[in-house]
Amino acid sequence: MPVALETINLIKRFSGIVASNNVSLQIAKGARHALIGPNGAGKTTLINLLTGVLKPTSGRILLDGEDISGLSTHERVRLGIVRTFQINQLFNDLTPLETVGLAVSERRGQGLDWWRIVGSRPDLVSEVVEILERFNLNDVIDKRTAILPYGKQRLLEIAVAIACRPRVLLLDEPAAGVPEDERHEILAAVAALPSDVTVLLIEHDMDIVFSFADRISVLVNGALFVEGSPDEVARDDRVKAVYLGEEVADA
Amino acid sequence: MLTIISDGIAYGMLLFVLASGLSVTLGLMNFINLAHGSFAMAGGYITVILVNRLGVPFFAGLPIAFLASAAIGFLFERTLYAHVYRKPHLDQVLFTIGLVFMSVAATDYVMGSSQVFVQIPHYLQGQFEFAGVGIGRYRLLIIVLCGLLTIALQFILAKTRFGSRLRAAVDDTRVARGLGINVNWVFSLTFAFGSGLAGLGGALGAEILGLDPTFPLKYMIYFLIVVTVGGTSSITGPFFASLLLGIGDVAGKYYVPTLGSFVIYTIMIVVLIWRPQGLFARAASR
Amino acid sequence: MPPPPIAVRIATDWLHARARWQPLEVLFWLAAFAAIWLLRDRHLILTEIAWLGLFALSLDLILGYAGIISLGHAAFFGVGAYTAALLAKYNIVGEPVLAMLVAGVAAAVLGFATSFLVLRGSDLTRLMVTLGVALVLRELANRYGWLTGGADGLQGVTIKPLLGVFDLDMFGHTGYVYCLTVLFILFVIARRLVNSPFGLSLMSVKGNPLRASAIGISVDARLVAIYTVAAAYAGIAGALLAQTTAFASLEVFSFDRSADLLLVLIIGGAGYLYGGLIGAIIFKFMQDYLSELTPQYWPFWIGLVLVVIVLVGRERISSWTAPIRRLVGHLSWRMMIRRFTLSPDKGH
Repeated sequence: MPVALETINLIKRFSGIVASNNVSLQIAKGARHALIGPNGAGKTTLINLLTGVLKPTSGRILLDGEDISGLSTHERVRLGIVRTFQINQLFNDLTPLETVGLAVSERRGQGLDWWRIVGSRPDLVSEVVEILERFNLNDVIDKRTAILPYGKQRLLEIAVAIACRPRVLLLDEPAAGVPEDERHEILAAVAALPSDVTVLLIEHDMDIVFSFADRISVLVNGALFVEGSPDEVARDDRVKAVYLGEEVADA
Repeated sequence: MLTIISDGIAYGMLLFVLASGLSVTLGLMNFINLAHGSFAMAGGYITVILVNRLGVPFFAGLPIAFLASAAIGFLFERTLYAHVYRKPHLDQVLFTIGLVFMSVAATDYVMGSSQVFVQIPHYLQGQFEFAGVGIGRYRLLIIVLCGLLTIALQFILAKTRFGSRLRAAVDDTRVARGLGINVNWVFSLTFAFGSGLAGLGGALGAEILGLDPTFPLKYMIYFLIVVTVGGTSSITGPFFASLLLGIGDVAGKYYVPTLGSFVIYTIMIVVLIWRPQGLFARAASR
Repeated sequence: MPPPPIAVRIATDWLHARARWQPLEVLFWLAAFAAIWLLRDRHLILTEIAWLGLFALSLDLILGYAGIISLGHAAFFGVGAYTAALLAKYNIVGEPVLAMLVAGVAAAVLGFATSFLVLRGSDLTRLMVTLGVALVLRELANRYGWLTGGADGLQGVTIKPLLGVFDLDMFGHTGYVYCLTVLFILFVIARRLVNSPFGLSLMSVKGNPLRASAIGISVDARLVAIYTVAAAYAGIAGALLAQTTAFASLEVFSFDRSADLLLVLIIGGAGYLYGGLIGAIIFKFMQDYLSELTPQYWPFWIGLVLVVIVLVGRERISSWTAPIRRLVGHLSWRMMIRRFTLSPDKGH
């Protein structure tokens, strides 16, 4: 089983608190891997470590076998590991067209182009429009991101990540904060992700997790607690005990 | 050598008194007040008028300078500054630069552009002989006064209720409000107090630093250095930063006269590269 | 599955419209060039407006587009001015246009060298560091008076004819044509730059640096690049000043100059390239007028203007002029956006 993303004994300490405790995780190529755990379990910390936003106290991270532990965020993106944010991190004054356009042009290595006008490459515009259509954003391509409805913004968040053509995509609670009537669009978009992209999904919503994931890892207090197929994890009493008292969101 | 050190200490402690208000305002309200020097200038000129022209005794002039500057600070804070707190840093910079320009031009108009001196009482002039080394009496006074002020400040912060309210508000304004602390009052009083200290520093420092309408511009960078190097989360940070700067500047000008203030600016740039949040700030800074 | 051609067409059209020269822009430059013949008696002040506008343009590049607050932009201006003046005085590079380019390069080198200082730290740190650099340079220029003329300024500078042909006369005729041409060329380059993918990446860095790095943009590298370019522009502006006045003095590095520059840019509005130019026009005429009223105390009025602008609120001011700018078409929308969002969206 080829491994797309792997962490080896990853530890992160914050003056006394161990946010990530010896995490050794393996994510198979093309997998739909979910990471769940109670609040404060360290899921977002792990994402931050994987993407280079935080430096680990010790341990290594391998992408397709390559050690990326020392690389900065943007270098890792160039190598193909991309994330979305739990709370939208978008460019409020740019339009979806410009936002996705920027991601595509950066990926193509044309980001330093200072003489050509944005939009003068037809094949690039074509790719951008295609991505926007895929994510149902073609009716808002020229609207400022700040005025878009939250669901559309969330879709844009994922669209931008996909525009970077990731090998590994880290989705941090894609449906978080999205109103009921807009959720299905998000879920459909997540389900329609290309099969050659490895996806690590962080989620609280168990319905999404069980319908999407082919493998689940449970993180508790920064450490990997249980790992297995959805069936195995669903039947595991220890997992139920950990979630006792937690309100599991109903879709 | 000892003279240089004592001069440096005097200079540093003066800088501390001058800049401490700025440090607290920045840490408390996250407000960049480039016009802090104007309050110092106000205190200096008020003392000059009182002592030189009206014959008020020097030691009476000092607390009046403090109170006057504090009053001006309070007034400005309530009427003008309060509107600018929420604005982005650029706006704060523009606003306070505007105030500096206005205060410099206004002082120039009213008091004239030449440098003025405070008439210090004769028993403060000259030097003490101390183990064969001369220490200026006035400088000694400064060291003593500022030292007492520093201790008083530390006491107020650590032991009084106002101090704990202030520290709470600096730490986390929202939570402090939630605890029922009247943060706006804390802001106003602190700003007034800081301006008062600046005024007192201006009065004390007129003799050593030279007082003319360009004072706020000339010394703006020094206050800013104290605040950025010393950080805004304690009193001790700016205290040691001021001493470092005071001794560094005096020693620099003595040993390497061709480079003068160059030394200060270079220290500042080096420190900021190495530790952008200041030498003494806590890890979590705004 | 390729998208329908009509959708691509719409997107392409929108992107092109974003960068198209608007009628008001064309009018602006026609008027500026027409002034060569129509406003001959005002050429001296127009020359000042030209290099001041270029200086403000350079600040707009880092402040309006990259979000870096600088209190020491005069550092690059001063380096440019002294380089040009010294090159002329000692006849190292006799031809002024070439000297101006050399001055730009010198300023760019300094910009590059100091760019790493503004990458990290808070707004206050950046303010301090940029101010510090300018003050250090002023000190250096003061100390090395044998080279720079010290507090009296550099005397005895004679500027040779431009391109060997055009004499810089004392009425400012040649000077205006020279400065305006340089300004226009550099403006066109800057305009291409901000409308390019690189320019778009700068706006993204200013708006949300976290997101920018999350799509593969090296934030530091982009900031260094624009800071260097802005430094070059400022250096050229300084060179133009030195060449048109045949003089350079310490005050090119002064805090006053950096502060005035901020005001110029803020009056016109940052983030749409024309703010610096418009601000320069307003500032110069304001200075002209106020200096006649109160020659010594005119900083007071400048300070008052700054205070009033901030208290009234930059957004409110730009909303008053919105109806006028709506006439400008697409560009006005971007102008309004940028005036609203001078600071990053995180909100201070």
